[in-house]
Amino acid sequence: MAEERGRRFSSTVPWSLVLLLALALPPLAAPWLAPYDPAEQTDAAVAKNRPPGTVLAAVHLADGSWRLAERVERVPGGLRITARERQEVLPAADVLNLTANGVADHRRFFLGTDHLGRDLWSRLLYGGRISFLVGSVSVLLALSLGVAVGSAAALGGRFLDSVLMRLVDAFLAFPFIFLIIALTALFRPGLGPLVLILGGTGWMGISRLLRAELLGLRQSEFVLAARALGQHPFAIFWRHLLPNAMTPVLIQTTLLVGNTILAESSLSFLGFGVQPPMASWGNMVAEGRSPSALFSAWWIALFPGLAISLTVIALNLVGDGLRDALDPRSRDRSRSTADAMLPPL
Amino acid sequence: MLAFVLRRLAASLLLLYLVLTVTFFLIHLGPGDPIHLFEDQRMTAEQRARLERLYHLDRPLPEQYLAWLGAIVLHGDWGISFSQQRAVTAVIADCVPRTALLASTALVVDYAAGLLFGILAARRRGADHAIRVVSLLLLAQPAFWLSLMAILLFSYVWPIFPAGGYPSGAGGAGSMASLFDVLRHLALPALVLGLLGAGSTIRFLRGSLLEVMSRDFIRAARAKGLSEARVVWVHGLRNALTPLIQLFGLVLPALLSGSLIIEAVFSWPGLGWLTFTAVGTRDYPVILATTALSGVLVAVGNLLADLAHAAADPRVRDEGRHG
Repeated sequence: MAEERGRRFSSTVPWSLVLLLALALPPLAAPWLAPYDPAEQTDAAVAKNRPPGTVLAAVHLADGSWRLAERVERVPGGLRITARERQEVLPAADVLNLTANGVADHRRFFLGTDHLGRDLWSRLLYGGRISFLVGSVSVLLALSLGVAVGSAAALGGRFLDSVLMRLVDAFLAFPFIFLIIALTALFRPGLGPLVLILGGTGWMGISRLLRAELLGLRQSEFVLAARALGQHPFAIFWRHLLPNAMTPVLIQTTLLVGNTILAESSLSFLGFGVQPPMASWGNMVAEGRSPSALFSAWWIALFPGLAISLTVIALNLVGDGLRDALDPRSRDRSRSTADAMLPPL
Repeated sequence: MLAFVLRRLAASLLLLYLVLTVTFFLIHLGPGDPIHLFEDQRMTAEQRARLERLYHLDRPLPEQYLAWLGAIVLHGDWGISFSQQRAVTAVIADCVPRTALLASTALVVDYAAGLLFGILAARRRGADHAIRVVSLLLLAQPAFWLSLMAILLFSYVWPIFPAGGYPSGAGGAGSMASLFDVLRHLALPALVLGLLGAGSTIRFLRGSLLEVMSRDFIRAARAKGLSEARVVWVHGLRNALTPLIQLFGLVLPALLSGSLIIEAVFSWPGLGWLTFTAVGTRDYPVILATTALSGVLVAVGNLLADLAHAAADPRVRDEGRHG
């Protein structure tokens, strides 16, 4: 029964990888895919809080600025524009992109606009870039810390082991969000400190896992053989122990990326992470959180949250699938207590 | 058992002390002299003098540290909240019961959903796949977003719950009407917080139960001719639940952190909301006190979880002797 279940779920790996790529690639290509600048606020009074799928006519004025309108019509001597139930006739000489029946340019807001008239789709792409960037750099930091602490604990002797593992327990037990908030209250947050905070609070699961793997491998025959052959302890660690212990660690790392993206978005939502005007999925949700925005322009909060949720689901599916496929021992066994509870936020 | 309790107690005290120390040095990590951090127009000369006395700013750092620790440990003096002009301890005392109510209700939701779906997933193969999808969905939700969507659905589209806040106490405290009002405000945040935690509880319990059910003593129980229900509910579940007690020590920080976000979104005036608003008003004494208190709560929770675990599973008590 156990075997069968394991196999059934590992077949989700290709699909979840496709989902993950579909979510991660567009943000990476944001400068080429985004139709507008994520901070652009052209004619905000007209453009703000537009629902998904809105198309507005863009009128290029002689002074170089742009005006947006729901409807434009040619009238004798000029152009009549309708925006937010107000009509106005502009003289033909003032409009640069005039055509026979209107204007040549349009703005298409695929996912609608936010309260400042910015294009949500462009912001979603650029915000995703920040979320993936912060997530992966923080996880690289956490992975390095976790491997260092886990290896030191497993191979550094009993005293070091118990000291480091108590440290891990203490870190696991700490509600970091309070500490992070206290920190950000004292220092202005930026991307660098954010990465340090997320990486510095995410390594515990990895170090525990690696320690357990290394302790198991230490007595295995190929390691004893390498030792008997007189290899340097560091060479044994680097060439034999670490490569064999890394599979579950890398699977765990996949899951950690998801948790870190969740943590980053939570902090950014609360205003302690990525700071506006830079977009991140978390602070985009925050822009749609006030009751007036939520109830009249639900799309502002909906789409970035959906993006976070789908990304974390995809990362979890990939991680779980890889675990089922590559780490047969863990099949049908839940994650250990520590991993199950990893999300610190 | 006594040695175990003492060892754990010592570890908790150490953790507590570390939390307090970290909190203290946080102030001193800030740019400039700490007194600059407390520079505030709203602060009267008297408060300023009180702060200077509290932090002993004219003394060298180690002496300041000892004095600060002494004020807290001996007198419970955390200073005065800038924004509320009251003692920090009084401000916090108002908030603790509300967070306790929210967190404990959420914990009940969490464990109830976890138990129900965890057992179902482990016992009914047809339900396993669907429940796995549900738990994955719950695990992947950002707390703040799920809260907003819950508000959108249940306060606007189908308005059966208030969008947030806490009843003002009109109608007299303790009356049926005010109790009902509290419950109405509690429902959404507690459900969201509980369900978010349930995602991992379901997974954990499913795995734990499947592992237990493949052990020899289960086969023995079946061979004795016990009913399947008795085998699962008495023999299986009892053993599968033991690690759940230990999990509580890790659930507590997650609950506290989660409640900070949920309280901020739902304006539930508990500890998390207090911290969140204190940052907005740069109310440092409050921020420092809630940070330290969250550490204290977690340390105590961990200690209780360890003790309960040791009471339930004799093998744990010997843990320290090997490994």
